[in-house]
Amino acid sequence: MISGKVQNQATGSFAQNLGKVLRQNIRDYGMFIALFVIMGIFAITTNGVFLSARNLSNLLNQTGYIAVLAVGMTLVIVIRHIDLSVGFLAGFLGAVAAIAMVQWGLPALVVIPMVLAMGIVAGLITAFPVAQLGIPSFVASLAGWLIYRGLLQLATAGTGTIIIPNPGFNAIGNGFIPDLPLGGFFERFHVLTLLIGLAAIGLYIYNQLDSRRKKLAYGFEVMPVDIFILQLVFVSGLIGAITWILATYNGLSWTVVIMLLVVGIYHFVTTQTVLGRHIYAVGGNPEAAELSGISVKRIIYIVFGSMGMLSALSGILFASRLQSATTTAGTLFELDAIAAAYVGGVSAAGGVGRVTGSIIGALVMLSLTSGMNLMQVDISYQYIVRGAVLAAAVIFDVATRRAAR
Amino acid sequence: MSPPILEMRGITKEFPGVKALNNVSFGVERGEIHCLVGENGAGKSTLMKVLSGVYPYGTYSGDILFDGAVQQFRSIRDSEHTGIAIIYQELALVPEMTVYENIFLGNEIRRGGLIDWNETIKRAGEMLRKVRLDVNPEAKIRDLGVGKQQLVEIAKALSRNVKLLILDEPTAALNEDDSANLLDLMRGLRDQGVTCILISHKLKEVIAVADRVTVLRDGQTIRTLDAHKGEVSEPVLIKLMVGREIEQIYPPRPNKQFGEVVLEVKGWNAYSPALGRQVLHDMNFYVRRGEIVGFAGLMGSGRTELALSLFGNPAHYQITGELVVKGQRRTFRQPEDAIRAGVAYVTEDRKGNGLILIQDVKQNITLANLRAIASNAVIDTNAEIKTANQYRNSMNIKTPTVEQRVANLSGGNQQKVCLSKWLFVKPDLLILDEPTRGIDVGAKYEIYTLMNQLVQQGMSIMMISSELPEVLGMSDRVYIVSSGRIAGELPIEEANPEKIMQLATTY
Repeated sequence: MISGKVQNQATGSFAQNLGKVLRQNIRDYGMFIALFVIMGIFAITTNGVFLSARNLSNLLNQTGYIAVLAVGMTLVIVIRHIDLSVGFLAGFLGAVAAIAMVQWGLPALVVIPMVLAMGIVAGLITAFPVAQLGIPSFVASLAGWLIYRGLLQLATAGTGTIIIPNPGFNAIGNGFIPDLPLGGFFERFHVLTLLIGLAAIGLYIYNQLDSRRKKLAYGFEVMPVDIFILQLVFVSGLIGAITWILATYNGLSWTVVIMLLVVGIYHFVTTQTVLGRHIYAVGGNPEAAELSGISVKRIIYIVFGSMGMLSALSGILFASRLQSATTTAGTLFELDAIAAAYVGGVSAAGGVGRVTGSIIGALVMLSLTSGMNLMQVDISYQYIVRGAVLAAAVIFDVATRRAAR
Repeated sequence: MSPPILEMRGITKEFPGVKALNNVSFGVERGEIHCLVGENGAGKSTLMKVLSGVYPYGTYSGDILFDGAVQQFRSIRDSEHTGIAIIYQELALVPEMTVYENIFLGNEIRRGGLIDWNETIKRAGEMLRKVRLDVNPEAKIRDLGVGKQQLVEIAKALSRNVKLLILDEPTAALNEDDSANLLDLMRGLRDQGVTCILISHKLKEVIAVADRVTVLRDGQTIRTLDAHKGEVSEPVLIKLMVGREIEQIYPPRPNKQFGEVVLEVKGWNAYSPALGRQVLHDMNFYVRRGEIVGFAGLMGSGRTELALSLFGNPAHYQITGELVVKGQRRTFRQPEDAIRAGVAYVTEDRKGNGLILIQDVKQNITLANLRAIASNAVIDTNAEIKTANQYRNSMNIKTPTVEQRVANLSGGNQQKVCLSKWLFVKPDLLILDEPTRGIDVGAKYEIYTLMNQLVQQGMSIMMISSELPEVLGMSDRVYIVSSGRIAGELPIEEANPEKIMQLATTY
């Protein structure tokens, strides 16, 4: 997630190198620093409750259904579009999942892929007028917003709330991964979580070393060794700390596992694949992309289709967390997702923004809510603070981008 | 003699890692046309940005004396207020607004807090007469051609009592008539006491209008020449600009050999639903292997439309006719089909639809052929850097690294990135649309040399160009396009400027 580059192979002192790397990558590191500062402040104001295993675990689980939306929304904004329909689409598809299990008696393993497929279809339907007729996506998805809101109310019309009695399905939003059956000393920790954390650290270090070795073999520029080691230690420490905190509680939740999978897959696709490059090219300059042999229409369908699928996933996560489908499920999710994407550094001008940034953005926004709830701050002030943070993040992003020019 | 209107002394401007201007001195006399010439990256634009306050006081060192006072511009507004106006290549007009609204935009004539539209229209009419533009002030900008829009820009500057008018490549997008008209107007303005600075790559223009010429090279003033003392001539300017003698502007190509027909177009018609008119009429032509075929014509004659209609038709024209590529009849539904069939198209508008300016050099070079550096749809980023560096070396792209954003490169280097992108596709037929527009002499020569190498390796080139010397200097055969029709075909031995211009105005 953290990657730094310097323009020339620096040979200065450690402090000089560090300063240089920080300055050149301030936009990438800015959000991480902001997240640490926010968490630090809340840790102090809540006497450590904020950083307790229980609270952190809860925080991550609450972030899940917004985070997956923010990942999809990042790509939508990167290609210079917007999708306002995702909130109520998530709500509606959550209700469909509930109805399929409760009234039609389908098993969760059938319902989940079915609902995800419906999400893809919904996304493609939103994309159709945008791609074929050039209708602004703001309008096309606003129509979707109204339609899915109506459909959600129809779906929940009978009872108002559909209770989901399926424990397997509800585990997605509330359950934790099973532990290894080791007794004795290991009772106190969630051992599987620890093992996964260790594996993640190992994988991360191996990847970084491998990439550095290849770069050196090609004779490309790399970070100074001391800074490189510092980065390895820092990121490993971070993964280790989070894993440790979670392991002393219930371990990794299924929501976090799903979230990590989504981020991992999308990060890989956007940064390493031809498709990802095509998406960013369309965002950077659609005309140039089209004339370079990229079908802009195809990219619009793919990005909106993925957004629809992630909306469905968000709906499943939310319904499962509440163990029910409600008439108001998904309300304002779209705006939370958009805010998370912007806090995470996506640019409305198109072509710029990372999915990892959006996840950090989602964590920042959810941390604010969680922290202020613990401090029992009045909800009115919470909105104002979140608004101010959103504005500050975007201003910071624009200012650093200008400085980089 | 009165003191000079502008004196820039010892101007130094540094960007991280680059000294863009190094102790530049530049003086302009009152009431002269002073031309500023130099290769791309010589520092012309940077110098004008310092002058106009785009780079505010404090970000450079040195002094600016304008109109007898030391100036410390903090923004473009400051320089505008003292009477300096810059007209850029990319026009700054609002297309949906009328001519008079544009002329007084930001400088509205008010009466009692409201805009006095009648007075505005009347004054706009006066300004238009000053620039000898005969259009209705109530016409919308988008309905005017580029040449007329340029004149509206100048009228806008004049309405603000400009003392120093700076024109940055004003004729780059104009045809010969409009260019001649504009140069004529500059002389007229000079006689009315407006001082002009003209930045141009077209040396013939410079020689035609300049009272004095200053040559910049590598961020330094090389010399200021006085036309009235007979110091200005094309060979002298070229020599000072590039620091070496270029014997010939067009490199020779020995032993030309043409092979089989690579592209043949028969009865080609295109109707544009967006414009609501037929853009191409019954066109017939062919291109052979190893041949450079020139497509001459006036601006707006339909050559770019022709290129687009051949290259997968992204503008969605309704097309009839036959397209044969390498002996096979083809219908390209999208640019991707054309690229796969071995056709590449380097667009006329580098910034608009050629490059992704916010991405870096390597990403732009590999964009049209990512498959070549990917396995299983996963990009090998190291192979990408390697590929980009190969082109950076072979094409002599001047950039600190291939991770530099192309927005930060000069025009000539951007064009080389465009060419690299399409060469990486390994095409059989390369369509070049105004390949050297807005590019300095040195880079032009490099591009011409490259074109010769490519056809000798067996590629075919369709070269669309509005510059007659280029068409005559580079082509093996010339088609003349007029109002969407092929007005004639000339072997290069029979082609001359008069014949081409005559055919170009047939329809």
